[in-house]
Amino acid sequence: MSNPMTNPVSNLFASDLDVVNVGLAMFDEDIAAQGAHVTTLDWTPPGGGKPEVIAALDALDAPEVAERIEAANALAVERIANSQPMLTGFGRALDVVPGMTPTTILHSGPPITWDRMAGAMKGAVTGALVFEGLAADLDEAAVLAASGEITFSPCHEHDCVGSMAGVTSASMYMHVVRNETYGNTAYTNLSEQMAKILRMGANDDSVIERLVWMRDVLGPMLKEAMEIGGPIDLRLMLAQALHMGDECHNRNIAGTLLLQQALAPSLLQTSFPVEHKKEVLDFIASSDYFSGPTWMAMAKAALDAAHGIEGSTVVTTMARNGVEFGVRVSGLAGDQWFTGPAQQVIGPMFAGYKPEDSGLDIGDSAITETYGFGGFAMSAAPAIVALVGGTVQEAIGFTREMGEITTAQNPNVTIPMLDFQGIPTGIDVRKVLGTGILPVINTAIAHKEAGIGMIGAGITHPPVEAFEKAAKALADSLI
Amino acid sequence: MSTTAVVKKNTYFDSVSLMAISTKANGLDGVEQAFVAMGTEMNKGVLGNLGLLTPELEAAGNGDLMVVVDAADGADIDALLVAVEELLQRKSPAGGEAAVTHRTIAAAAQDNPAANLAVIAVNGAYAGREARKALDNGLHVLLFSDNVPVEEEVALKQLAHDKGLLMMGPDCGTAIINNVALCFGNAVRPGSVGVVAASGTGAQEVSVRIHTLGAGVSQLIGTGGRDLSEEVGGIMMIDGIRALAADPATSVIVLVSKPPAPAVEKKVLAEIATAGKPVVVYFVGGSEEAVVAAGGHFAASTQDAALKAVRLGVDPDVTVEPLDTARVDEVAALLSPEQRYVRGLFCGGTLCDESMYAMLDLGHDVWSNIQKDPERRLGADSPSTGHTFLDFGDDDFTNGRPHPMIDPSLRLARLVEEAMDPEVAVVVMDFVLGFGAHEDPVGVTLPAIEQAKRIAADAGRHLEIVGYVLGTDLDTPVLADQVAALKAAGVTVTRSSTETGQFARAIARKVTHA
Repeated sequence: MSNPMTNPVSNLFASDLDVVNVGLAMFDEDIAAQGAHVTTLDWTPPGGGKPEVIAALDALDAPEVAERIEAANALAVERIANSQPMLTGFGRALDVVPGMTPTTILHSGPPITWDRMAGAMKGAVTGALVFEGLAADLDEAAVLAASGEITFSPCHEHDCVGSMAGVTSASMYMHVVRNETYGNTAYTNLSEQMAKILRMGANDDSVIERLVWMRDVLGPMLKEAMEIGGPIDLRLMLAQALHMGDECHNRNIAGTLLLQQALAPSLLQTSFPVEHKKEVLDFIASSDYFSGPTWMAMAKAALDAAHGIEGSTVVTTMARNGVEFGVRVSGLAGDQWFTGPAQQVIGPMFAGYKPEDSGLDIGDSAITETYGFGGFAMSAAPAIVALVGGTVQEAIGFTREMGEITTAQNPNVTIPMLDFQGIPTGIDVRKVLGTGILPVINTAIAHKEAGIGMIGAGITHPPVEAFEKAAKALADSLI
Repeated sequence: MSTTAVVKKNTYFDSVSLMAISTKANGLDGVEQAFVAMGTEMNKGVLGNLGLLTPELEAAGNGDLMVVVDAADGADIDALLVAVEELLQRKSPAGGEAAVTHRTIAAAAQDNPAANLAVIAVNGAYAGREARKALDNGLHVLLFSDNVPVEEEVALKQLAHDKGLLMMGPDCGTAIINNVALCFGNAVRPGSVGVVAASGTGAQEVSVRIHTLGAGVSQLIGTGGRDLSEEVGGIMMIDGIRALAADPATSVIVLVSKPPAPAVEKKVLAEIATAGKPVVVYFVGGSEEAVVAAGGHFAASTQDAALKAVRLGVDPDVTVEPLDTARVDEVAALLSPEQRYVRGLFCGGTLCDESMYAMLDLGHDVWSNIQKDPERRLGADSPSTGHTFLDFGDDDFTNGRPHPMIDPSLRLARLVEEAMDPEVAVVVMDFVLGFGAHEDPVGVTLPAIEQAKRIAADAGRHLEIVGYVLGTDLDTPVLADQVAALKAAGVTVTRSSTETGQFARAIARKVTHA
């Protein structure tokens, strides 16, 4: 006879009954009425109840497979958390971005052809072609875009990320963010600050003039400032910004102040005239969003270091092009995209716009949620819960719920309100499908037509199909 | 009339909640018909039959919620949809803002290290998976779900056995663990009689009889109905016997099952020798010889099982009153010669089985949906013939609808039907009280009883209805109130499942020979 102290049944008989109730809520009351503790799950069928998805999940659950996955995922989140992304400089896309050419246009999300692009992306592409001098006007630009002479490619396939339409052309200035721990580098464009901007699909003269100034004044001055001041530790700054009430996707006020504080002495020492320096400081002050792209590049640098770990089910990319939402998974190396339809973004709109004016979810900014901030760190940013339609309690709930679909907490980036719990890190494809909880994404809303710009902000989720396809591919690769 | 359909993507409610919501939605002013259900193939089939399946609904998946409202002329459809939406609002869990809900067993178990048992009642297609997650997280399992493949059951029970955990089910409807009744169970006092049961209502009946005899239950371990089949091999019953043998609070063990596979019966009975305490065995229709040879105490009925267990483990002098044969004679005297048959309409499978076996013993022609003899098996749609015993809890009756312990409508309709048959002498019914059961099983049946009696009286016959209430003085509603209500309606009330069978048999013997 086994030792009663180590026998689970003897232990059960000697303990208070404590029940996890799954499926029928009516049993909850009966058990509680008899004085036992009961936890009733908010249960949904795994994989949305689809047999082929459940089969894939079961394959990934097989003990020897699961063991490999656990080890691979532990490595993936270790790489994400240990990455130390440093802002090392700024430079023209043509000079710094791998594979960039004078006729290449990078865009957000998974691959897409010109004819299928959303309105905002088309607006940004034609604006960029005019800005680059490749077309005389927007009409000519549209003809050129359709001609086959322009190379369209996802930012993510060039170590880049792009906010909203993500349209990046050769002479635009990029952040250069080097991952000190693992040696890789990530790039992203500069914030255009306003609402009527290229990345949101606007492309009139005011937009092009701003891009020219950014190319001729802002970009070169930032480049020179970094050469003077040296690298800036972005993970440390992100952690500080979260402690100051940002979630660093839709709220960037603290992060922008911290970045400006770090840049200011060097900006003052650059060789530019004082009026240019004042223009740059005014420009930074004109919108809290200035540091938004910076955090995206920071997240990209860390996540790229976690991509390509055999057996890992951790998501390393979530990106949208306004038509499709794509994810990439660490264990499926290279540029394998798993896609589903881009979703509507639900949230408050600027006066005069209605939900039917919205373009669908767009941009590479969901890299922030992939890392674990943005919507995942809503509880760090109580000031903007109204923007995403919730209460502070709901914001805390977002973060807790994201804990159910992630692998670990990142000890380097913490949330004061949750007793300094680390941000939920390493979205696990298996957990997303097993729980039915989709990642929450805080994001902006662009108008569905070209040429208009930002019209609101809110929250959205990826389409579950993207995760279903990824799970099947993972199952195929691991068994 | 206009129909509006809304599909709420990725929104899940359990089927019982949805039935409650549909019922409430159908009661809204201006609603002709409302249908709130998950987008399963079955539910879409139902909508198709109603002519309500739109392309949007057709595209709904298993994880999507379908809301279909058929509004009366002039009704405000938007207001109705808002009203239905309000019905769907989940009640926030008790405990206020600090309360946390979990989606998965793993998350709940990790958050609460004291959790020790999972009750799982989800669609059979997902049940095995959830049970495995529970076992992997160190939880004992009560798997209420049915339609779990037998290979999966074997794998789960083997896994549980290796981990030293209880794997009660699939298709386990009853257990009492640490004096807490789970799923369908009765409120019985704590005591020293341990029960391992492969049948739900059989286990309920034995626990109630033990309570009525003044004793109590230490643990009641359910195994699921298939445990003693050749394929499963009695894994859970054997582990259950060993668990109760090791339990210092258990003085005597009772085993309850429908007839086991012979090889498995042998294996199970072999455990008696090493149990170290008396073991009473009630296998419906089982052989006394095998039990006695194995050192066990044979019980011929649920009543006998409880009686022997209490005598062996608690009070040697306890007794049971015999069948009221005077009442049998009184009833028989009221019947016309044409009235020759007994009709049994049961909620409880073992209760039906026990009465049916009492009749088979007599050699009478007995028809049933749970008859072993295929020649005498009746489908749910077949009319009664001869002596008929129907288990309304069996799959042919429950397919797509709740168990008769919750939804009595089919049984009520059948009662009225039987009353029209001039050959019917007696209708026998059970009423199951307790957790999970209908809140007033007698009350909901009284109008049909009255109607049945009136139909017979109008045709110049006396129709006797015999009722048995399975429950205790601790149940809600209490046993005494339900019995009193039956008696007031002119129903003969029996005092146990066993006595119910004896009564049916005694009446049958009298009227068939008459």
